[in-house]
Amino acid sequence: MGIRFSHYDPEGFYDELYEEKGQPRPGSALLLRKFASLPEGELQKRQEAAERVILNMGMTFGVYGHDGGHEQIFPFDIVPRIVSASDWEHIESGLRQRMRALNLFIDDVYHDQRIIKNGVIPNDLIHSSKGFLLPCMGLHPPRGIWCHIAGIDLVRISDGRYYVLEDNTRCPSGVAYVLEARQVMKRTFPELFEAYRVRPVDGYPSQLLETLRSLSELPDPTVVILTPGIYNSAYYEHSLLAQKMGVELVEANDLAVVEGSVHMRTTKGSQRVDVIYRRINDDYLDPLAFRSDSLLGVPGLMESYKRGRVALANAPGTGVSDDKAIYAYIPKIINYYLAEEPILPNVPTYICSDRRDRTYVLEHLDQLVVKATNEAGGYGMLIGPQASQREREEYARRIEADPRNYIAQPTLALSRVPTLVEDHLEGRHVDLRPYVLHGRDVYVLPGGMTRVALRKGSLVVNSSQGGGNKDTWVLS
Amino acid sequence: MLSRVASSIYWLNRYIERAENYARFIEVNLNLTLDLPRGTTEQWEPLVATTGDHESFTGRYGKATKETVIQFLLADAANSNSILSCLLAARENARTVREVISTEMWEQVNRFHLMVRGGVTKGLSSRNLHAFLADVKANCHLFLGITDATMSHGEGWHFARLGRLLERADKTSRILDVKYFMLLPTVAEVGTPFDIIQWSALLKSASALEMYCKQHGRISPNQVAEFLILNPNFPRAIRYCLIKAEDSLHAIVGSESDRHSNLAEKRLGRLRSEMDYADMADILSGGLHEFFDDFQLKLNRTDDAIYETFFALRPIEGNVVKEKAQ
Repeated sequence: MGIRFSHYDPEGFYDELYEEKGQPRPGSALLLRKFASLPEGELQKRQEAAERVILNMGMTFGVYGHDGGHEQIFPFDIVPRIVSASDWEHIESGLRQRMRALNLFIDDVYHDQRIIKNGVIPNDLIHSSKGFLLPCMGLHPPRGIWCHIAGIDLVRISDGRYYVLEDNTRCPSGVAYVLEARQVMKRTFPELFEAYRVRPVDGYPSQLLETLRSLSELPDPTVVILTPGIYNSAYYEHSLLAQKMGVELVEANDLAVVEGSVHMRTTKGSQRVDVIYRRINDDYLDPLAFRSDSLLGVPGLMESYKRGRVALANAPGTGVSDDKAIYAYIPKIINYYLAEEPILPNVPTYICSDRRDRTYVLEHLDQLVVKATNEAGGYGMLIGPQASQREREEYARRIEADPRNYIAQPTLALSRVPTLVEDHLEGRHVDLRPYVLHGRDVYVLPGGMTRVALRKGSLVVNSSQGGGNKDTWVLS
Repeated sequence: MLSRVASSIYWLNRYIERAENYARFIEVNLNLTLDLPRGTTEQWEPLVATTGDHESFTGRYGKATKETVIQFLLADAANSNSILSCLLAARENARTVREVISTEMWEQVNRFHLMVRGGVTKGLSSRNLHAFLADVKANCHLFLGITDATMSHGEGWHFARLGRLLERADKTSRILDVKYFMLLPTVAEVGTPFDIIQWSALLKSASALEMYCKQHGRISPNQVAEFLILNPNFPRAIRYCLIKAEDSLHAIVGSESDRHSNLAEKRLGRLRSEMDYADMADILSGGLHEFFDDFQLKLNRTDDAIYETFFALRPIEGNVVKEKAQ
């Protein structure tokens, strides 16, 4: 007898695999029975085998601000998260709705700004957003789509409902881990994949390629991925996607703008590039357009883009919908453009630039999570209940000095998934990042990145902050 | 193919080949010193001399002993040519072209790197050193086999082979050079049974002993040198390396085999034809060591030309060579 699953206790949290103590949810009973039938120590052996596979695959991520050893091996837990078919149907329709609304919003912001004129969003909030780029005003990306690739973070809390936590509409990363986690799981538990009907995730690269190709009118456009290089934290993903799509992975130095078009330097001269899936931030795309101090980027790229000689995914300027203060308005945005109620609700959000909200936030710092509006990756974040008095005072000062840069949300009791801890299962908090593509149609990858806070009691799931990953099984 | 990518594939393969040859360097010297007559001192200095990193070695280690030389050639992260550094560089290059090479190739480089790093971290004693060096060679062969079996034999593969064979030609010349630096106890011992033992150890370190014996039977110094320099069929012989490297270069450029359209083809073609028409009498009359010096110099110039022709990031000119259909 290995893991005695009847002893597992959700401890009052919403548990993705258990209804209550000793009582698995319908979709996870088979998995947990299988675990229980494994001989003593077998689950740990498989965990170790999975870690060896990951090590040999060289599956790594980089961490900023660490000197020694840029790359770290990706932490992975072999207990999957299971999502029922009906839950997924709900999530998928919510994500489709949100993706359509986000794109209508961005297009409006860079053209008529009807949403401001109609008083739905304050003018200030848009124009003070670091993601709002004046040079993008009046641009017409193909078919009016600006954000082609989004990773929208969801959380589930005690009421059992999914909420949107963040819209990552700039360069969301992590999808490589979804693809690779599945490979690792298939090697680790082949028998479970025979018993379960798990929806495959392997179609993502070809869907992504179709999305990128749809940005060009040419019958056979040349698509490339633009990476900052091997020291970028997501380099592993850039190369994996290039490999799986069969496209060139280029660095800015490989590209040059010649007579208004973008070309890459090859061993046989230069070759025209039609679509760029860029994995570098707006600021570093083109030193002529954005940051003249930048060594990165392709001089003249923006001019070429404006003239429609090359397509970029995502379009520059999508960061405006990724701003955490503007996030608070997304339900209104959905309502405004689609005349629909949001299928997936937002988490209540206090905008510190609003005087009333700010007063509330400063008085309740010990209960709230504070986030910088323009940061990602878990940086610039304060978890009030777990922070020290000094840290809270420090954040109070920061908020007062630059209120536009902060929002606050209630500390959420994120749902948990059983996770292997030594020889037994313990609940650990998770979130979920599904990936949404918008080419000719909207496509939602059935699955996503389930990030898990591996430290007991921790709510921070970012890989840069002690988080790990789980495979996400969407059942059909 | 992107110039940067071509360069990374070329260097990935040079580094893997270099690691293999450094393992062979150490092996040949271990074998030679084991066979030394009682009372003679071990000679490790010559090994450092042949790698061309003599200054860097003396600066940091001073005296050449078995321990210091093996540390320098195998485990020294500050020596950019040590086996450890080669694997690190090979892996970094592989990372930059992960999307071009096959997953199997990448995983092999990654595992190989972990194996070398693990060995160095644990520490290598003379007891497990032979096994470690054998492992290094086997992992290089595995990488080569995986490359041949999983990567399309197109432009990228040819850059891989070009890098590998030029590196190998250089290192074979240096393995032979070890013998030159290896001082015999007395001059009178040239041609003695002891001298013969040294030559066969040298053949062995190039995995050439059996193939040599099939062709020549008895060990004669001249024939050994001839086999490793001029044989057109043995894959570690210098001439073989140049012939195949030139084939790859022509395949990359898409030119006829008897023409040259750039400096790289011109220099490599000239060097290859020197080998075609050389014989041992010519080589020995000028001195074997001098011959290798000259050869290594010309090989470096060929490498410079390859860099200039394919890898250097030059500004793109106004008129564009090749465009896809509009």
